[in-house]
Amino acid sequence: MRTPTVLAVAALALAGLTACSSTESGSGGTTEATAAGDGKIAVAATDTECKVAKSELAAGTSTFSITNNGSKVTEFYVYAAGDRIMGEVENIVPGLTRDVVMELPAGMYETACKPGMTGKGIRGPLKVSGESKPLTSDAKLAEAVASYKRYIKSQSDTLLGKTKEFTEAVKAGEVDKAKELYPVARTYWERIEPVAEVFGDLDPAIDARENDVADGEEWTGFHRLEKDLWVKKDVKGDGPIADKLMTDVTTIVEKSAALELSPVQLANGAKGLLDEVATGKITGEEDRYSHTDLWDFDANLQGSKAAVQALRPVLEERDPDLVKTLDAKFADAEGTLGAHRSGDGWKLHTELSKDDLRALSDAINALAEPISKVASVVAR
Amino acid sequence: MTRRSTASGGISRRRLFGLGAAGVAAVGAGAVAGRSFIEEPVAHAASSSDPVAFYGPHQAGITTPAQDRLHFVAFDVITKKKAELVELLQEWTAAAARMTQGKDAGTFGAVGGSPEAPPDDTGEALGLPASGLTLTIGFGPSLFDERFGLADRRPPALADLPAFPGEDLQPEISGGDICVQACAHDPQVAVHAIRNLARIGFGKVSVRYSQLGFGRTSSTSRSQATPRNLMGFKDGTNNLKLEDTAMLRDHLWAAPGDGPAWMDGGTYLVTRKIRMHIETWDRAPLSEQEAIFGRDKGEGAPLTGHKEFDAPDFAKKGPDGQPVIAGDAHVRLAHPDAHGGARLLRRGYNFVDGSDGLGRLDAGLFFIAYQRDPRKQFVPIQRMLAEKDSLNEYIKHVSSGLFACPPGVVDGGDYWGRTLFA
Repeated sequence: MRTPTVLAVAALALAGLTACSSTESGSGGTTEATAAGDGKIAVAATDTECKVAKSELAAGTSTFSITNNGSKVTEFYVYAAGDRIMGEVENIVPGLTRDVVMELPAGMYETACKPGMTGKGIRGPLKVSGESKPLTSDAKLAEAVASYKRYIKSQSDTLLGKTKEFTEAVKAGEVDKAKELYPVARTYWERIEPVAEVFGDLDPAIDARENDVADGEEWTGFHRLEKDLWVKKDVKGDGPIADKLMTDVTTIVEKSAALELSPVQLANGAKGLLDEVATGKITGEEDRYSHTDLWDFDANLQGSKAAVQALRPVLEERDPDLVKTLDAKFADAEGTLGAHRSGDGWKLHTELSKDDLRALSDAINALAEPISKVASVVAR
Repeated sequence: MTRRSTASGGISRRRLFGLGAAGVAAVGAGAVAGRSFIEEPVAHAASSSDPVAFYGPHQAGITTPAQDRLHFVAFDVITKKKAELVELLQEWTAAAARMTQGKDAGTFGAVGGSPEAPPDDTGEALGLPASGLTLTIGFGPSLFDERFGLADRRPPALADLPAFPGEDLQPEISGGDICVQACAHDPQVAVHAIRNLARIGFGKVSVRYSQLGFGRTSSTSRSQATPRNLMGFKDGTNNLKLEDTAMLRDHLWAAPGDGPAWMDGGTYLVTRKIRMHIETWDRAPLSEQEAIFGRDKGEGAPLTGHKEFDAPDFAKKGPDGQPVIAGDAHVRLAHPDAHGGARLLRRGYNFVDGSDGLGRLDAGLFFIAYQRDPRKQFVPIQRMLAEKDSLNEYIKHVSSGLFACPPGVVDGGDYWGRTLFA
């Protein structure tokens, strides 16, 4: 990735840290849509249902108010064709209500609740009608960037929350709880990693493996704690490492919010995430102590998909065949990976056979080749 | 975009590098570098940098005078759609036609495309000549199942090879739905070709295994000196040669009536990776080594003769009343006389895959043989060798491959395997 122009970092109030804050999605990062007090669309979510009060809306800004009446943590999405995320809110714990604001042009969408925050979720149709001017190509590119930034923002908020939970568990010496939270927190990290990688020194501080660290430098971050949790089975004395991880993640989230991305960078980021899978996750090198590589694998795949789908309107216009190929190959890769689900999470890397890993490798290669063509289509 | 630059004819280092007796480099119109004790280097028909014709009635890379280098690959087909597989074969054929003529794999090339797009050629052969590159395709028995409706098109001659005594086959480096043999005088050109075909195939095929080889161990033309295997012996003295047209007709090419018509003009390929116990071999006395092969090491002559191409006299007895060429000598057991005249066109290569972690070279022969019907040629010959050959003490077969190689690609409108799929 080329180094993007980083705008002056705006100080960001970490509203996302408290679970009951409302998540607001801007419409392109310029004008913030205000959540209307009334006129909200209620969504009643349970472990098996996703009742959306309206299935037809007028084009423009809408606020969805999601209440989790189930027993599992859930999330709510509105998808355009090809699972392009128009807006979403994650991490709605049982009993809570969270709002999400989104800008929806006229068209057909799908709503989805995801109890357990995995899988395709419980889908329902959503029709949005009214005036909407066809976007120019430039406007489509701008919307792609805005749409991806919304994704980064939502992932960042959850990353902060989950990292906080994880580091608190480490500091409290709750080894089992920390081990459970480790792959979950990393999921949000791995989804936004291409953005994180822009910040050269922070990325290794958060995510370096032991052999990435030069002599005389301290090894910090997720994997240091992973080794202590799984190998040493003792995190006494890791308080400073946990605090530093929280600080570094907070900094990177702040910087990401101010990052100006170009459409080509989105495309390259999508490819970069699959490269991560191909070189680190399939081999089991990433999470060599916990063997939770498949959580990272899934997150990389989702992050890649989010970036590609953000570009979808542009790709539809310029290379519809490529869109078809990408849809098919994403479905193949997700299907191949999906075979290794285990409960709300994934099998351990050590539970996969060589044939399993080869099939995953083939699926990623099959997807990464067409994804490597996206940048040149976007750059036209 | 051609990649032909001002590259000269190129110096090709031949054979057995690092194993003593360096080959003499040949420049320009490529005289074959003989080993120092071979008296007269024999001229190649063409410079080793020139292209070999891709189109023709038979595939190139079979009777083509054996090039110095090999990159062999076997693929598993992972797509379930026949149309996708056919499309891939068409794309491959176009890329192969270009690459064998010294051009880039894709139409834009390594540096001619969009700066935002990955190049459609990987670029490591930029500026290199065609280097005699040939690409030869074959279809394995596993392709002829219900996936693509080919079950009833499987040729009877493509019968699974039987198990042979003493073999220790590793499934992960055996078999394969499709193979491609790349041969060239420059290893970088051969590697480039396979790498680009593998890349074009992502999502449709998956590389099952691949093998690098060097120092061709057989001559397939009378213009070539007989090379040596890693045991130091000349290999393939009695090989089928491209000049033997009548023999090629009888022993190499599938003829009308042999089997399904789609194989007419094709041939069957058997590959065997043969690991050599190099270190124990090197400790064997010269007399034992020569007795095992039934030939002398220096000249390559049968123990009953003086010159390499003297016919072995299997009946001749020594002063002790024993046959001069022992009953379990390699040359006796492999000879056409022992198999009712059955012959193979051998086209193998030496390999050294680094070392095995136990202080030994992981080395041997990647045996390649083309024939009209393996049931009548490779199988009986190998059965006899596996049962009796005294060489078995020093070798182990660790992989096996069997492929039906279709006839040649006629012209630009044709593609690899058209006769099978059309």
